[in-house]
Amino acid sequence: MPEEKLDAVIVGGGLAGLAAAYRLAEAGKQVLLLERGDAPGSKNVTGGRIYVEPLRTFLPSIIDEAPFERHVVREMITVLDEESSVQLEYAQDGWRKQPYMSYTVLRARFDQWFSEKVMEKGGFVIPNRKVDDLLWEDGRVAGVKAGGEQIGAHIVIAADGALSFMAEKAGLREPLKPANYALAIKEVHKLDEKCIEERFGLDVGEGAANLFVGALTKGMFGGGFLYTNQDTLSLGIVVGIDALMHKQPQIEAYRLMDDFKARPEVARWIRGGELKEYAAHVISEAGISGISKLYTAGMLVAGDAAGFALNMGITVRGMEFAIASGVIAAGVAVDALNKGDVSKEYLAEYEKRLRASFVLRDMETFRHSKEVLENPRLFTVYPKFLSSLFNVLFSVSGTPKKGLYKSARAVAKEYILNWEGMKDFWSLRKL
Amino acid sequence: MKIEEKIACNAIKNDKESHIKLKQDVCKNCRERFCVYACPGHLYSLSEETGEMAVEYAGCLECGTCKIACIYGSVSWEYPGGEYGVRYRYG
Repeated sequence: MPEEKLDAVIVGGGLAGLAAAYRLAEAGKQVLLLERGDAPGSKNVTGGRIYVEPLRTFLPSIIDEAPFERHVVREMITVLDEESSVQLEYAQDGWRKQPYMSYTVLRARFDQWFSEKVMEKGGFVIPNRKVDDLLWEDGRVAGVKAGGEQIGAHIVIAADGALSFMAEKAGLREPLKPANYALAIKEVHKLDEKCIEERFGLDVGEGAANLFVGALTKGMFGGGFLYTNQDTLSLGIVVGIDALMHKQPQIEAYRLMDDFKARPEVARWIRGGELKEYAAHVISEAGISGISKLYTAGMLVAGDAAGFALNMGITVRGMEFAIASGVIAAGVAVDALNKGDVSKEYLAEYEKRLRASFVLRDMETFRHSKEVLENPRLFTVYPKFLSSLFNVLFSVSGTPKKGLYKSARAVAKEYILNWEGMKDFWSLRKL
Repeated sequence: MKIEEKIACNAIKNDKESHIKLKQDVCKNCRERFCVYACPGHLYSLSEETGEMAVEYAGCLECGTCKIACIYGSVSWEYPGGEYGVRYRYG
């Protein structure tokens, strides 16, 4: 056991770890962040969009100078049936004025910038260092083992991502269950900046976000996304791991991505682009019921490692939770270090502060969203209904047309005006 | 574009040793082959020569989906050692 102890060691240089390191360094604590990749951000994947409004109070001095890609001024939702689609667009002038609500982001760039900010504050960020295990002393976490070295610390913050090996080693979470996670696959396509702006009808610096739902996941829980970055597009799909495992006939995940890309509704955006990167990551989909225990003596868990991610249907959030939980963890760590008390009892304060923040409050509010969102009819029946509805409204053929109301009612009767549809409607109360 | 070509777009530095280990006696009795379908890199396949499950760890995207999907516990999966594995340049 090393005799000298650092104030804090942070495992993982993603947003939670970096935010915690930044705040600890700012408070004058000795903090060491260990990152397994070449640099923070090099093992991270986001869809990506980050909502900055919830972060202004957490990182007030730096959030506005972060290297984001584009501020989002237009939201699009595309509902795909097998051979047709319905697209909805929402935009408002307010989103084109500062302060902007959300930005598209690429993690390699963003996290590296954030780690420079940590170092400016006096925190140490060590890349290429994988943490292998925790160090224990009198039944409490007392540091980490990394590459044969033992590094002692009064407090360890586990911010090692959705697969968190540290939380598992500390006995804070169960082995990962397929029902609680989704697989995200993302491709980054390079396109000229001007071409992106013209293609999406954007002014300089403006961005668009497009969600896709329906036939692309072939009846499975999930959806697709497209975000405009400065000179690239992020295109991807998300599919429940459990749904993927039980799909009959079986289908390889990578084929879902290929089929999605081949759709004209997607191909139109990426035409002429050059594939630069093919990435994958898992996302916690379990909501508040999937979060780990958040603390034990000498250790706190933050960000994806704790399961702080939330699918709210048309918005999906994780990065704000990571930053906010990292900042809150650091705040508790600073107080614990000042008091000289890193006991489990004292660190319970972390959960208390999270419950008072938007992190656990939003997760609590949307406690039942997964039950509603994993209804398979959302990915099959409803896209078909919308598609058929517009088909009868728009189509003109040689036979006399029925009245619009009559036609629409016939389609609704076929798909949604039934007992199942009623139940689905009632289930929306849970959202 | 083939999946192998997509993975070839990535910056990856491979360790000599695989960070994914399989228990062949478990794989032998598996019928669903969840790993084959779940892996976004299409890195799992049955070897035609030996009939054993094989994984091309060199293209691993480090998502961990195989570890989660293999409910029979064949996949022991760790992060590659520091400095190895995929390096996302966009992320």
